[in-house]
Amino acid sequence: MDKELKREIILDNYQHPFHKGLKKEGYIVENANNESCIDNLDISLKIEDGKIVDTTFDGEACAISTSATSILLRKLIGKEKKEAQILLENYENMIEERPYDESLLEELLAYQDIYLQPNRKNCALLPSKAIKNILKQMKDEEKDGIKGTE
Amino acid sequence: MNREDFPFLKTGKIYFDNGATSLKPSAVIESMVDYYENYSANIHRGDYEISLKASDIYDQAREVCQKFIHADKPEEIIFTKGTTESLNKIIFGFFETHLKKGDEVLVTKAEHASLLLPLMILAEKIGIHLIYMPLKEENELDYESFLSSVTPKTKLVAIAGVSNVVGDHRPLNQIGRYCKENQIYFLVDGAQSVPHTKTDVVRDNIDFLAFSGHKMLGPTGIGVLYGKKELLEEMKPCEYGGDMNQNFSSLGDVTLKPLPARLEAGTPPIAEVIGLKAAISYLEKIGMEKIEEYEEELKEYFLKRIKEVPQVDVYNASVKGGEVIFNIHDVFSQDAAIYLDYFGICVRAGTHCAKALKEELPVQNTVRISFYFYNTKEEIDKLMDVLKQSDTLYNVIL
Repeated sequence: MDKELKREIILDNYQHPFHKGLKKEGYIVENANNESCIDNLDISLKIEDGKIVDTTFDGEACAISTSATSILLRKLIGKEKKEAQILLENYENMIEERPYDESLLEELLAYQDIYLQPNRKNCALLPSKAIKNILKQMKDEEKDGIKGTE
Repeated sequence: MNREDFPFLKTGKIYFDNGATSLKPSAVIESMVDYYENYSANIHRGDYEISLKASDIYDQAREVCQKFIHADKPEEIIFTKGTTESLNKIIFGFFETHLKKGDEVLVTKAEHASLLLPLMILAEKIGIHLIYMPLKEENELDYESFLSSVTPKTKLVAIAGVSNVVGDHRPLNQIGRYCKENQIYFLVDGAQSVPHTKTDVVRDNIDFLAFSGHKMLGPTGIGVLYGKKELLEEMKPCEYGGDMNQNFSSLGDVTLKPLPARLEAGTPPIAEVIGLKAAISYLEKIGMEKIEEYEEELKEYFLKRIKEVPQVDVYNASVKGGEVIFNIHDVFSQDAAIYLDYFGICVRAGTHCAKALKEELPVQNTVRISFYFYNTKEEIDKLMDVLKQSDTLYNVIL
């Protein structure tokens, strides 16, 4: 993916984010903020039958955090817990310069070069940390009798 | 002015984040190196030449601070590690025992976390009420809004001399006089005012003042707690240990030393106190009035030039002093700060530690520029050039 296309994907998702406007009723909500900066987002996922059926977010954050949240949330819809975890793991591996499966990430490859600006890595990781916390809660619900995915 | 004295400026970077911390002149750095290299002894406990020298200079520093803020007595100056420690010691060491349930404390939403948070915790602990005085159009505090908030239950006014977000200079003299006449305690957070304006605790009837060395050319880790002597006498030490006790025995009878030692337990940051002394001497050589005037001139120049950049909104244009808060249209303040950093311009983005104020501002996060006397109009020109090209911002930062 060339630099121009990466920038276009990031900007498009920053200026026209996916599902911005927080829904809470029937959703699991998690706040995402970075200690080292001023990004502050709320992310919510709706889960039915062990699948993510809807995602929303709101708040104030930089271009990288906001766009990464937008892209991740769009990609999560329809995924089961395990699939969602694999996606997030590969995304985080890419940001942290560990081996990852490129074929899973598609437009998230726009953040391939973030490691060149170490102070921006946390911006890119902001949504995935919060989403992982929501997925953990998804497991708790399974124990309560909701259909599991594992 | 005086740019040649600041080693950092040789890097060619533009430093506009003086509200966060200031640069350090060679005179301050050298004074600390001199201590570490030539007389690095502990104070008040050695019978040898270099310990006596360290003790002398440490004690002189207290007098230098006293004169700088025009306090009556040197023992009214207590060294701390900074404004935050000073404010916490004042609030928990004095006001916890001198305020009672139902008393009202006047503050504003523009106050820094280091003032508001200890007061909020104290409110929870002993049942005092924090009353937020109304702010004017650009979030300044004026004497009328102070007067309109006072009630017979008002026992303490706790405000910054200069707000660290908006940068307005509060009417300390009028408020102080009113407090004195009406038996109200007056506590001033001087973190942003002491480095940039002339401070006179007696003229302004200030009961307690807190400030930090690092925002006024000094090192980090050193600050001052000023209190009127009769009030400090009633202050409970938050820390007990060496150098503050007169005598003690295994039976538990403890006699404390008189002020100021009573409130300075343990080995103090000696090098930092020496650095602060050098910083104050440096500032006095320039003159605080001259510094204040020059910073205002820089802001006026900024406001004149920013008219050429329509994509920038300034939120505190009517406020005098050396701070500007603004945003570039449709750009998150942190992205703006990262963009400016690509051109070697250091600015602050965010809520600037006054998170309660975001309830009042038209935007939650802003870019803040805070000038000091070593900034120049040429630096503002360079900033304008970079802001004018900000339509290319995302090409630069992404």
